[in-house]
Amino acid sequence: MSSDPIEAPDPDLRIESVTGVDVTLPIAGLGGRSYAFIIDWHIRLIGGLAWFFVAQWIAKRSFNVRTQDTAFDLWVVLPAFVIYFLYHPVLEIVMGGRTPGKRMAGVRIVMRDGSPPGVGPLLIRNVFRLLDSLPFVYVVGLISCFATRQQVRVGDLAAGTLLVYDETPARESVTRLVTQGTAAGLTAAQTEFIDDLVARWPALDPVVRMNLARQALLQFESAAPPVSIATLSEAQTLERLKALLRPAPASAQ
Amino acid sequence: MTALQQDDAGLRAWLGARAALWQQIAERIGRLGRGRRHTVDDVNQAVQGYRALAHDLSMARRVLPDSRITRYLEASYRQAHILLTRPAHRLLGDLVQILRDDVPAITRDLRGQILAVVTLFVASALAGAWLISTYPELASIFLPEDAINNVESGKLWTEHMLSVVPSAWLSIRIFTNNIVVACFAAIFGVIFGLGTFYFMVTNGLMVGALFAFTAHHGLGLRLFEFTAAHGPVELTTICLAGAVGVSLGESLVRPALETRRASFQAAVVRGAKYILMCTLLLAVCGFIEGYVSPDPTFPLWSRLVIGWAWWLIAMTFVTGRCWRARPAAAP
Repeated sequence: MSSDPIEAPDPDLRIESVTGVDVTLPIAGLGGRSYAFIIDWHIRLIGGLAWFFVAQWIAKRSFNVRTQDTAFDLWVVLPAFVIYFLYHPVLEIVMGGRTPGKRMAGVRIVMRDGSPPGVGPLLIRNVFRLLDSLPFVYVVGLISCFATRQQVRVGDLAAGTLLVYDETPARESVTRLVTQGTAAGLTAAQTEFIDDLVARWPALDPVVRMNLARQALLQFESAAPPVSIATLSEAQTLERLKALLRPAPASAQ
Repeated sequence: MTALQQDDAGLRAWLGARAALWQQIAERIGRLGRGRRHTVDDVNQAVQGYRALAHDLSMARRVLPDSRITRYLEASYRQAHILLTRPAHRLLGDLVQILRDDVPAITRDLRGQILAVVTLFVASALAGAWLISTYPELASIFLPEDAINNVESGKLWTEHMLSVVPSAWLSIRIFTNNIVVACFAAIFGVIFGLGTFYFMVTNGLMVGALFAFTAHHGLGLRLFEFTAAHGPVELTTICLAGAVGVSLGESLVRPALETRRASFQAAVVRGAKYILMCTLLLAVCGFIEGYVSPDPTFPLWSRLVIGWAWWLIAMTFVTGRCWRARPAAAP
């Protein structure tokens, strides 16, 4: 379906498609990679420990199993280790190159040609974790990430995989953009700007958001006098921005 | 196109007309990604959706660059691309192909490396045996202290293993340990083959030292008896994994393809198939080591029969002689 990837000068993976429209995948750096790993590490640690303590409690209470019994090792210790050590290979295979941590970090594993990885590359990548984790806390993997242009660990080099960002804007927000702002006669780009500003309003610095909002109102509310805009409170400004986003009445469409 | 750029109302009309279609395509692709039983029509519709997305994305990139709509279309298009280029699920078929066709071909390819690693391992074992039989006090370099104490008091650490740990648990532990050893023997080859070299030398020295030290205290035959059933295949398999490590190192030192990375990746893919085969052999070895080796009811002759019969079977498997058809060309 796809031919060899064309490596752009920036750390992105560009893939040619038969349709003639290229796909660009931004490569996840050390930050995104570490973020996903830390989430996954906590999940598997908590999962393993949870199994250990719950199974231990059940084994002792219901089956009278002692810690020195083999049944204890088989039903309590072994599954806890399995959860901890097989978390990555099993979930990456089942979830097509993702894990819960990767999903939360918005990253996924792909092959160098942009295709999804098969079972083989995912297993190779995880076997090389033995090497990447040496001598402790993934020092070899971290050095490899620093040393390679596409910030990959040895396991990725061996398996021919890359970690890329793969986030999709919410479908609702896109559908909203189509109708929003028509009452005020805004263009699609202007609507998107206002929509973003409203959505990020609580997170922005009050001075910055007020500056941006005033400029937007001055530009997009041509009828409003500049003096009246300057005297608006924060709540009033936000309300005026939201009013700009209103879709046109049904009869007008 | 020019009309769209100039007329925002036209653009909005276009977006409004296409937004519902994008949603349909996204839903269809999502459905196709979840299950595995789909009709040809489902796939054809997904391909058509992929083409439609390509068309709309191309337009959106020109009309609305860096907009949320373009990002959304890019993400949908990527998802469709990933779905349509996803490799087919044929795990069992691939496994059979690897074992029947690829493994024998890889064995032929790696003949030189296998011979070199076996020679290195045997030479190291002989050196270890000579060293400890000449200077028994050096045993602490290679053997753990409790093993030395056991042997010096006339006991092997392998005795009464079954009274401490049951066979099933023992098999799992041994199997896991052997797999990790085989993986390390292979992946240490990343250090230009030197990691594998040192790994095989160290293991060879240890095996030789172990036999020499137990022989020095009159326990050599008992150790031989313990290892007779599982040892031949286990040690051979570790050497095969070491040969994979050498081939990884060789791919970096003397790349056969245009870049070191491509050469290394090709060597890893080939090596991974071989390590898969090693895993299967070591699983059987783990079973034998858990159930047969520590059980004193098995006499030496039966252990030898099991050990060498299993070795012969394993070798026919590795060389492809156990399959009726001739192995295919090298992968």
